[in-house]
Amino acid sequence: ASQNKTKQNKTPKPVVPAKPSHVAPHSSRGSALLGYIGIDTIIEQMRKKTMKTGFDFNIMVVGQSGLGKSTLVNTLFKSQVSRRTTSWSRDEKIPKTVEIKSVSHVIEEGGVKMKLTVVDTPGFGDQINNENCWEPISKYINEQYEKFLKEEVNIARKKRIPDTRVHCCLYFISPTGHSLRQLDIEFMKHLSRVVNIIPVIAKSDTLTLDEKTEFKQRVRKELEACGIECYPQKEFDEDMEDKSDNDKIREAMPFAVVGSDKEYQVNGKRVLGRKTAWGVVEVENPNHCEFSLLRDFMIRSHLQDLKEVTHNIHYETYRAKRLNDNGGLHPITSSGQDTQESNL
Amino acid sequence: MIERPDTAVSSVAQRNLEGYVGFANLPNQVYRKSVKRGFEFTLMVVGESGLGKSTLINSLFLTDLYSKDYPGPSQRIKKTVQVEQSKVLIKEGGVQLTLTIVDTPGFGDAVDNSNCWQPVINYIDSKFEDFLNAESRVNRRQMPDNRVHCCLYFIAPSGHGLKPLDIEFMKRLHDKVNVIPLIAKADTLTPEECQLFKKQIMKEIQEHKIKIYEFPDTEDDEDSKLIRKIKEKMPLAVVGSNVVIEVNGRKVRGRQYPWGVAEVENGEHCDFTVLRNMLIRTHMQDLKDVTNNVHYENYRSKKLAAVTCNGVDATKNKGQLTKSPLAQMEEERREHVMKMKKMETEMEQVFEMKVKEKKQKLKDSEAELERRHEQMKKNLEAQYKELEEKRHQFEEEKANWETQQRILEQQKLDASKTMEKNKKKGKIF
Repeated sequence: ASQNKTKQNKTPKPVVPAKPSHVAPHSSRGSALLGYIGIDTIIEQMRKKTMKTGFDFNIMVVGQSGLGKSTLVNTLFKSQVSRRTTSWSRDEKIPKTVEIKSVSHVIEEGGVKMKLTVVDTPGFGDQINNENCWEPISKYINEQYEKFLKEEVNIARKKRIPDTRVHCCLYFISPTGHSLRQLDIEFMKHLSRVVNIIPVIAKSDTLTLDEKTEFKQRVRKELEACGIECYPQKEFDEDMEDKSDNDKIREAMPFAVVGSDKEYQVNGKRVLGRKTAWGVVEVENPNHCEFSLLRDFMIRSHLQDLKEVTHNIHYETYRAKRLNDNGGLHPITSSGQDTQESNL
Repeated sequence: MIERPDTAVSSVAQRNLEGYVGFANLPNQVYRKSVKRGFEFTLMVVGESGLGKSTLINSLFLTDLYSKDYPGPSQRIKKTVQVEQSKVLIKEGGVQLTLTIVDTPGFGDAVDNSNCWQPVINYIDSKFEDFLNAESRVNRRQMPDNRVHCCLYFIAPSGHGLKPLDIEFMKRLHDKVNVIPLIAKADTLTPEECQLFKKQIMKEIQEHKIKIYEFPDTEDDEDSKLIRKIKEKMPLAVVGSNVVIEVNGRKVRGRQYPWGVAEVENGEHCDFTVLRNMLIRTHMQDLKDVTNNVHYENYRSKKLAAVTCNGVDATKNKGQLTKSPLAQMEEERREHVMKMKKMETEMEQVFEMKVKEKKQKLKDSEAELERRHEQMKKNLEAQYKELEEKRHQFEEEKANWETQQRILEQQKLDASKTMEKNKKKGKIF
């Protein structure tokens, strides 16, 4: 129940109720209600609506091949949403250029339907020469914004515009234990202003606890030094509560994760994990890795926020740039122009 | 035990000794000599940063080659691929080993890694060249052997296969140095993943025809069993650590995780012991021999062939690399002489041709001149004739004029005479 509340805290707060006419005008902070009106049922109404319509969530995974991206996505959503490349046949060799592959699934939980789209980027960072390998990704993200913009600007637009914009980009850092690679920094520099990036340390069962903390510190310092803002961005914290929540998360980032979809018996329980000769790495054990932190953060508390930041900030930035550049879009109808001007 | 001169050269008759001669002591003499001299070994480690190369070196030789006071290349940030070497003198049981570790920081770390193998190749070639020069000198007393005897190539444990960079690098270096591929940070992989990964790598290595270091076959049964076991485990999956941890009362080197301890020297956890035994305890000498007999000889013959075959057609070279340099030089000389002769005849021909041409030209111009001469003469004569005619005319005219003048004069005279007469006559009037 508490998780539900935090989720709904992010929806636009309901407007302060209109004061009943016989009460003297008051400051907008809290006027005493003389009876139960029923305004708080709006939350329930929104919930019902959302359940009926369901919602979209698009997540992109970027990283060199072999870092466990597909496994992690499968573990996050507890289903085989990503086809794992465990058996490398001839045709599945490393592609020569970065490809963009997106797979959609509809998963349902507690009556709520979610259309999850996972966008994979095989070939990223795998070549000998990786100059500009972030360009196809940047292009794809902008294309999705463009699609949405075109729909929005249309005369007869759909009631619910299909949202294919990338809400969250999980960037996988290789667990070298030393520092970020040149490629990581370049990618994040180019894309942190366009999409929400959540950096993740992949295959973190390679690192002992000390190595982990050291590595994380170093990565954070480097990101700060390069001016890269990952999600949750400091500038978008709305109030103190947000700030303190997000600060805690920012302290723990980047999350050191381990993914697995196999189950093993540990102390009589069945847990998801990886079995090695010296023990079983439990995926959901917070002492072993931070997978559960990542999952709670991404899905249970900040899912809606991710969507909102994408819509209100990244998309708007793109839109403003687009409209300023060409002196306006082409749909030559009055209604189209009205919406442009009103929002500018 | 003198050999009879007519015994076949290939088979040596084996004689049984009737007493103790003592040459069984020969290995001991060799041993004592080598121990006094000490051994040298150069090991190169190549791989992307963060794969645990320095840690593995420390673990292999149980020394802190890279410690807090002398941080290894991995702690420093590099922009280009460097090749750094560090020397260490280790002593064990009276035997001295000069170990040189060659590190390649910056390999594979940039965004654009094309040609990041070039500094490595240059380094290896330069060491070969040094040795070749030292070998060819007059005074060969001191011949330090700095050639790279073994190259440990670290593969990142992605679990999928080799990266394009790995394949490129190994392809370019497999005929210059003994390449031993290793799977780094093998505690990332579960045993099944490890098996699959190894199979995949071996498949790709065979596909691309990469020649990694192969263990020599021995006749000894025990050894060959060991060797077969090692071959099955290639590429070796290693974990490095110098931190001592207590496990069940024993002290072991390993890595401490919340879910267990990965022991470095446990054969079931990783192949570190196999690597160490192979590299140090059993095959160090073989690595040096292969470097000396195969890789160095390849380099040497290529280098010398290039020197003596300068200017000769490349297609002719193919059959000649196996001959000794002297025969090479003889042939070269003969060819050169033939070439000179041919050039001479050619040049003579050209000379003749040119002479003929010149002569022809001269004749032509002579004829031309003659012609002109004739023409000019004719012109002159014509002019002369003309002038003569004119002169004639002029003379005629002149004569005419003169006669006319004379007539005029005569007339004048006559006229005056008649006037006189008339005057006289007039008087009469």
